[in-house]
Amino acid sequence: MAEVEMKVENMVYAKPRLITDTVMHYCPGCSHGTVHKLIAEVIDEMGLEGNTIAVSPVGCSVFAYQYIDVDWIEAAHGRACAVATAAKRLHPENLVFTYQGDGDLAAIGTAETIHAAARGENIVTIFINNAIYGMTGGQMSPTTLLGMKTATTPYGRDAALNGFPYKVSEMLAHLDGATYITRQSVHTPANVRKCKKAIRKAFENSLAGNGYSMVEVVATCNSGWKMSPVEANKWMEENLLPAYPLGDIKCSTLPK
Amino acid sequence: MAEKEIKLMKGNEVIAHAAVRCGCDGYFGYPITPQSEVMETLMELKPWESTGMVVLQAESEISSINMVYGGAATGKMVMTSSSSPGVSLMSEGLSYLAACELPCLVVNCQRGGPGLGTIQPSQGDYFQACKGGGHGDYHLIVLAPASVQEMHDFVELGFELAFRYRIPSMLLADGAIGQMMEKVVLSPQKPRRSDEQIAQQCGSWAACGKGRRAKRNVATSLYLQSDELECLNIRLQEKYREIESREVRYEEFMCDNAEYVLVAFGSSARICSATVEMARAEGIKLGLLRPITLYPFPIKPLQQMVERGVKGFLSVELNAGQMVEDVRLAVEGRALVEHYGRMGGVVFNPESVLEAFKNKLLK
Repeated sequence: MAEVEMKVENMVYAKPRLITDTVMHYCPGCSHGTVHKLIAEVIDEMGLEGNTIAVSPVGCSVFAYQYIDVDWIEAAHGRACAVATAAKRLHPENLVFTYQGDGDLAAIGTAETIHAAARGENIVTIFINNAIYGMTGGQMSPTTLLGMKTATTPYGRDAALNGFPYKVSEMLAHLDGATYITRQSVHTPANVRKCKKAIRKAFENSLAGNGYSMVEVVATCNSGWKMSPVEANKWMEENLLPAYPLGDIKCSTLPK
Repeated sequence: MAEKEIKLMKGNEVIAHAAVRCGCDGYFGYPITPQSEVMETLMELKPWESTGMVVLQAESEISSINMVYGGAATGKMVMTSSSSPGVSLMSEGLSYLAACELPCLVVNCQRGGPGLGTIQPSQGDYFQACKGGGHGDYHLIVLAPASVQEMHDFVELGFELAFRYRIPSMLLADGAIGQMMEKVVLSPQKPRRSDEQIAQQCGSWAACGKGRRAKRNVATSLYLQSDELECLNIRLQEKYREIESREVRYEEFMCDNAEYVLVAFGSSARICSATVEMARAEGIKLGLLRPITLYPFPIKPLQQMVERGVKGFLSVELNAGQMVEDVRLAVEGRALVEHYGRMGGVVFNPESVLEAFKNKLLK
């Protein structure tokens, strides 16, 4: 094979400009890094570096603020949408988004999320749904599937014992204030490209003052699921995607 | 000079007027008796049309304090108000605000507790306000208004101190001060700070969008390394010592030749001033020390009273005995310190305070 000279004009890929040099703490195979990269690229492409306020959660992505080079507010567990509500109302020209997992958003932060969406706050939530609490060591989350084994459902999630999982995006789509709700994944190159488009559309929707947007990303947690990255991708396709099907759930405008 | 604007108003209504007039950027609240008039008045005033101030009814006190956290983190002058059970819900957020060193104002119009309690006035949240409330080693600056005028004045003072020290301020009122109507002199309307002024004042820390800053700002209280977290704690403690040395505020009433002194704040102090007059009429040399800042607590003035021969103190509070612990710490056993209080929303009158004083300190 002929050697290709290392030249700028031959470069087909680079670390996004707004991803910092901090070494990421995410496990190899985790989806967070890919989603961070997409967000950093979209912010840069839209020229929003100087007027973005991002809100990080508690959970695996608690350190998101170390990796994307914009202003951040680190919220208490579950409160990101309340924090973002005020930041956006006080800085209406800015892009304000939250980055939250299924424990932070769908359990402890349910009220803040639903009410921010119901009010039609012009914010975006990037919702990473891997159906497990990663940071605390793999416990059941609200989106854990029935039968799924976690640290707190060692015999599998049992509806009688642990209750049923629920679909956050479908639930939010019922709200008048939520106008763009989509579910994406980043487990194949094609899905990565679709997910990036969705993030851009969500950012544009919020900047246009068209209410609340959510990009749910069905994601892997191979460490929490106790699988290799490849197995985790396969397991996600076979189990999570049927329960949380991909695609746009709602694209609308605010009611008059 | 323009004529003074003097109105007859409720304490809670005045909070709203004072907030708009001092240039507050945002109010986030949740209804709870006996302070709901604060948000009701703001919604009537529609400051978003005059000064551009944001007013938002949140879905809970948890959400309101986290909105305050979000707004404060961007350098804006933001506030909330609530009453005791609601402030309990805010305690987590207050710990985060204190840890991130974010300025804001929280009004607690106290009601009787514990639990759901009653809507009648109480001072049962002294410990919560002055000793933390939330987790970790932190303090709020706590101001205790004793009149509708002070409800007005302490809004601006609370913000001023909050920004000077990057610390949350609490205005610890009670249902009586919130609901009573009195004459109040309103301050003239101040403009809200411009973006440039905010950048000048808060540019080194406010996460409001990088703009042309080279370095991004992050509001966080996460320090996984113990030595780094201890550094934050040391810095906070140094700040608290500075506040303790500079910001103590109090008022003395007939203390010059007093042999005994009542210590009382807020509505209790109003009642106690009548007790002092009744005692003086009987020839008892009684005075009143009214802490205006509950944190920082007026330790030195109490110690000076001991040094000049005051024989005993009665801490008069609408609770089971909370501030009395700080009085005892200040007096260090060098004079008698007793407590008199009523609980659960029951309010004492000047006569019962005098009787308690005689029973506890003169016998």
